[in-house]
Amino acid sequence: MTVSSLLKRTAAAAMFAAAMLALSPLQAQQNTLKVVMHSDLKIVDPIWTTAYITRNHGYLIYDTLFAMDAKGDIQPQMVGKYGVSADKLIWTFTLRDGLMFHDDKPVTTEDVIASLKRWGAKDSLGQKLMSFVMEMKAVDAKTFTIALNSPTGLMLLALGKPSSNVPFIMPKRIADTSPNEQIKEYVGSGPFVFKVDEWKPGEKAVYLKFAKYRARSEPASGLAGGKVAKVDRVEWRWIPDAQTAVNALVAGEIDMVEDPLNDLLPALKKNPDVKLFNGNPLGNQYAFRFNVLHKPFDNAKIRQALFYAFNQEDFLKAVHGEKEFYEICKALFPCGTPLSSTRGMEDKFESNFRKARELLQEAGYDGTPVVLMHSTDLTVLTNLAPVAKSLMERAGFKVDMQSMDWQSLVARRSKKDLPGAGGWNAFITSWVSADVLNPVGTAFLNAGCDKALFGWPCDEQMEKLRDAFARETDAGKQKAIAEQVQQRLIEYPTHVPLGQWKKPQVLRKNIDGNVVAPVTVFWNVTKK
Amino acid sequence: MWNYIGRRILATIPVLLIVAVLVFLMLRLTPGDPAAVIAGDAATTQDVAEIRARLGLDRPMVTQFFIWIGRGLQGDFGESFFYKKTVASLIADRIEPTLALATLTILLATLVAVPLGTLAAYRQGSWIDRIVMGISVMGFSVPVFVIGYVLIYVFALQLGWFPVQGYQRLAEGIGGFLHRLILPSITLAVVFVALLARMTRTSVLEVLNEDYVRTARAKGLPNLKVLVFHALRNAAVPIVTVIGIGIAVLIGGVVVTESVYNIPGLGRLTVDAVLARDYPTVQAVILLFSFAYVLINLAIDLMYTVLDPRIRY
Repeated sequence: MTVSSLLKRTAAAAMFAAAMLALSPLQAQQNTLKVVMHSDLKIVDPIWTTAYITRNHGYLIYDTLFAMDAKGDIQPQMVGKYGVSADKLIWTFTLRDGLMFHDDKPVTTEDVIASLKRWGAKDSLGQKLMSFVMEMKAVDAKTFTIALNSPTGLMLLALGKPSSNVPFIMPKRIADTSPNEQIKEYVGSGPFVFKVDEWKPGEKAVYLKFAKYRARSEPASGLAGGKVAKVDRVEWRWIPDAQTAVNALVAGEIDMVEDPLNDLLPALKKNPDVKLFNGNPLGNQYAFRFNVLHKPFDNAKIRQALFYAFNQEDFLKAVHGEKEFYEICKALFPCGTPLSSTRGMEDKFESNFRKARELLQEAGYDGTPVVLMHSTDLTVLTNLAPVAKSLMERAGFKVDMQSMDWQSLVARRSKKDLPGAGGWNAFITSWVSADVLNPVGTAFLNAGCDKALFGWPCDEQMEKLRDAFARETDAGKQKAIAEQVQQRLIEYPTHVPLGQWKKPQVLRKNIDGNVVAPVTVFWNVTKK
Repeated sequence: MWNYIGRRILATIPVLLIVAVLVFLMLRLTPGDPAAVIAGDAATTQDVAEIRARLGLDRPMVTQFFIWIGRGLQGDFGESFFYKKTVASLIADRIEPTLALATLTILLATLVAVPLGTLAAYRQGSWIDRIVMGISVMGFSVPVFVIGYVLIYVFALQLGWFPVQGYQRLAEGIGGFLHRLILPSITLAVVFVALLARMTRTSVLEVLNEDYVRTARAKGLPNLKVLVFHALRNAAVPIVTVIGIGIAVLIGGVVVTESVYNIPGLGRLTVDAVLARDYPTVQAVILLFSFAYVLINLAIDLMYTVLDPRIRY
């Protein structure tokens, strides 16, 4: 072969390659928002599962009767007007005009009632609300009533619940699905339509703007206000490798990364093409959960010792590093929320090991090892258990930290076996702050023994206080009860709050309009 | 020959049965509970128990096994616990990226490694030989994800010649399809080039001193013809074996590369399913891999008869 023929062949190959590339169909990228979310979308029924990714999916395609605004107040959303009778037993709601489902059928009160029933059967706050409900009745296609057996302050709190499970409204035929089975159709009345035919689990989920959505006229505020879709298409691209996701963002292949790795944030801050956006200033709250069924945490005084042994900063710094990403909050309910208070917590969380050891001695702690489950594959949790072990040992505890992946931990925490026989004593987890706003909504405060969540705290007094909160309609008195709940938590710890943290999202600089809310939402977002 | 093929295919059945039993048992005996994962953080013990019952996980293991096998024999591998899609459709979605990546990687590796290895053998002891063997060692030593990140940094982020990540299906355009596969294929091919080049060099060296090669040279045949049609042809059996193993490994899914380049292949499906305890998906995928390995081994054995007429079954 001669050099010239080799060059000719190379040139021909290059032209062929260029022609092949030219045959790639042009992608309409102008108004498509490409986002890497914190998880892949696996389950698409936001009532059946509490998974946050499914909740976020729900906010795209469904709407709610009420929603929480940026100040934490509950505002009407699908509801046009509402009122309650003088005896606070009959609530009347009227839907706004023009609400349509994605299948072009109008939203009616029948759909609303069926949706509330399904949600109320599954969600803990919904269940509590339903315990007050005698009847939900459709007056006509737009107006319905909820009759109560006694007054409750939970009505709007529950109907405007921001996080899992959110009381999304679905068509009756779908909402009639048993709450213990997953829905098979994904029709809502929200600002976007789910493109089921383009959904490829493990790869992408696609949403198109719903042209017939009737947004409220107010500006968007938190999860409330006008939900105006300003992009035509939203694509959730699942990129499991954090570095690849960020590289794709920097290269302009992706517009937004919801949950970047903390380690990558310093480099991203310096990049001229991207910006950080703190979409959820309330952030998330860490919680150290006890299993009260077995020694040593069957003893409340031993559990109390951890309020003195721990300090929040060690935990928060171990995961988040910089102060701008965390907040020390010595309160049961997240700082910045209406019921938050530090009363009774002033001398807690100071790593006062002497005081912790005193409590252990008074309680007669006999050195029983604490089986502390340590999850290893979730970056926001991995570093916490080693910090807990260190602080607990300095306070005089014996700790047996057992490492496992999160799914193994989830399976094990539902077991009531002895810690040495496959059970557990403690683990650490995180809740989005919107999940832990009040005594009834905070799942870990449920002290209903066998009816409680894993850990199974059993305390009549706590349950009385939670019930009192549910019955109280005055905001000032609700706050007083919340403080009593906090005091009871100190006496009968169900869990230990370990501070708040927040993670900024990372966006390309041409993305704007992102809403500050406890959930990542896509209305109001523009792409230039 | 057909008897041989028939016997080999029949021998697949006990192999698949053993794999089925092992994977079924391993999944159920390892820690983790898909029902707890599905139920979510705010679920009660009762919620979890209800989900277990609905998924059939509360039945005795033997019962679960025979139900699964019975349905599998009818081509029904069940529905994913999480995605509410049939396992078959999940796998069907992921097969194309995996096959595409495997094919391009093996083609690249073979086209580069075989000539390099042959050249190294022909010029044994020379600087060419040393460079090829040096590149080979580097190819083994550097982790795949490091190669991937370096290629992404240079060719995608700095030069902008290739995308950072993603896969485009063939039906959406061959240009984009190939464009997105080039970097991941090169990343994977580095390791196979290393392996294949060394194997080729060793095999060719063994035959270069054979009488028939000396005869071919003595007859005045050009060096290229002697190398390709006489030396390489006779050294091909072990080379083809390694290529076959490479194909099997690639089809089994190369999770790291798929993760680094965000290619939605079978490897990621398997890992995601294992982490989520999605039993039906893991079981079906492992069975599929086992079947693929058996077929590939059979194809390699049959290829031997083409390369070496002396081999007959």
